[in-house]
Amino acid sequence: MKVTRGEVEHVAALARIELSEAEKDDYAEQLSAILAFFDRLQEVDTRGVPATSQVLDLVNVLRPDERRPSLDIEGALRNAPDPAGRFYRVPRILD
Amino acid sequence: MRLYEQTIQSLSERLRRREVSSEEVTRGVLERIERLNGRLNAYITVTAEAALARAREADRILARGEARSPLAGVPLALKDNLATAGVRTTCGSRMLESFLPPYTGTAVRKLEEAGAVILGKTNMDEFAMGASNETSFFGPCRNPFDPGRVTGGSSGGSACAVAADLCAAAVGSDTGGSIRQPASYCGVVGMKPTYGRVSRYGLVAYASSLDQIGPITKTVTDAALMLGVLCGHDPLDSTSANVPVPDFPVTCRGEVRGLRFGVPREYFVAGMDPEVEAAVRAAVRVFEGLGAVPVELSLPHTQYVVPAYYLIATAEASSNLARYDGVKYGYRARGPFANLREMYTKTRAEGFGSEVKRRIMLGTYALSSGYYDAYYRKAQEVRTLIRRDFERAFEQCDVILAPAAPTPAFRIGEKIGDPLQMYLVDIFTASVNLAGLPALCLPCGYTREGLPLGLQILGRPFAEEDVLRAGWAFEQETLAARRKPPLD
Repeated sequence: MKVTRGEVEHVAALARIELSEAEKDDYAEQLSAILAFFDRLQEVDTRGVPATSQVLDLVNVLRPDERRPSLDIEGALRNAPDPAGRFYRVPRILD
Repeated sequence: MRLYEQTIQSLSERLRRREVSSEEVTRGVLERIERLNGRLNAYITVTAEAALARAREADRILARGEARSPLAGVPLALKDNLATAGVRTTCGSRMLESFLPPYTGTAVRKLEEAGAVILGKTNMDEFAMGASNETSFFGPCRNPFDPGRVTGGSSGGSACAVAADLCAAAVGSDTGGSIRQPASYCGVVGMKPTYGRVSRYGLVAYASSLDQIGPITKTVTDAALMLGVLCGHDPLDSTSANVPVPDFPVTCRGEVRGLRFGVPREYFVAGMDPEVEAAVRAAVRVFEGLGAVPVELSLPHTQYVVPAYYLIATAEASSNLARYDGVKYGYRARGPFANLREMYTKTRAEGFGSEVKRRIMLGTYALSSGYYDAYYRKAQEVRTLIRRDFERAFEQCDVILAPAAPTPAFRIGEKIGDPLQMYLVDIFTASVNLAGLPALCLPCGYTREGLPLGLQILGRPFAEEDVLRAGWAFEQETLAARRKPPLD
């Protein structure tokens, strides 16, 4: 499965990772080789085989909708790269 | 008698009888860490003062005869993807280089409540992605048996620390083999419990349907002791299984006469080191000698394990690692930024290493529109077939024996340039995570060059007792042949 440079740019945008021009070529080459190997999965007959998303067959593990103590603001801000009062400061979101 | 060489069981007995104090034991291990960690790079963070304070507290409890667990006063190391309140938790990454968790995870809390002394946080492949501990932002960890070789990964630091007696035991995590493979490369015991046995609350997530926390120890009995403390349902982890926890240390001492075991024929592959194959065949003879019954086994979908694992794990990782965006915690690239999106893309470009980025890209690709069915969904369907292979196998046998890896520890730098070669190292371990089974890895010999080799014992879901019993019996026969690394 050949992964093109354009596809690498598309995937990097989805993943929100900036790549250098050299990295785009490197990843295109590496991902192509890796996916070419993974293409062997297409040989497997999975008609009628359900997908496994988790092995415990758990369904809707819920708790009662009751208020409980949670992380306090000081704890939430302790690792903030750019705290401002009770907020996390970030570049402008809306234009 | 060197205190730092002792097992949990041995230390526990001596501490209870007040022959030694936890402070004395802890001090001795800390001195050894100071002497050797520069060379081995097993620890990222050593919490010496806190450890000594906890050791003194343990001594007070032991003096009053109030110790309720064999772990009271025993010094342990924790893999650096386990959240420890106020103690740096880096996941081996620049992204979390200075991160201080606001809470301690359940598994660690249980160890602390048992009175264990936490020595520090161990080195690991970045965000648990790797099989050599070479992707760590903090540099590779070196194999105590040969410092030019890898420890394996991703729990490389924990395995190294146990092998080098830089702790009595350690905690690791395993998503595709990350406890078992480094345990085999470093000549120690490692156990991945059944998925759902140990709470993942506080384990930084890599692949949520595959990750499990487990012990890395010097003996099978020690693994059973740790497991008894770590296991249990946790309402804070919605994937935690609500099943009773047996008394593992008691049940692991038992007969294996009549136990049915098999080695899958697909596990003797081309490209496998002949010494690995010889060691597994020798292990089969040991079990036969103990009266266990050999059975022919086939796991026909073995050749699809690596692709299925890497598509599922990377897809889940691409989702789990989306949270690292420089907003609330962790690394943020230096601005100014044109907009918020640029802050994200630069932060993630600089905060993550190349293997992590590669896996995020792979996972994003596998989930993206147009490729989702052919890659991610297909891998999930093949996962079902891999599980069914094991179900069918366990109708014929009680435990499965397997190598831990196709070769012993390879040289630092040997595989890191070829991602696919590195991924193929997981061929014998990743199937276990896909199927959610319990698996133990323990030493089964050494190569001509003196490198450790590991044997895996796999069991049915929630049948840790069978696995530990088989492991304990094998260990009784082979313990005398175990070696310490040539460090001193």
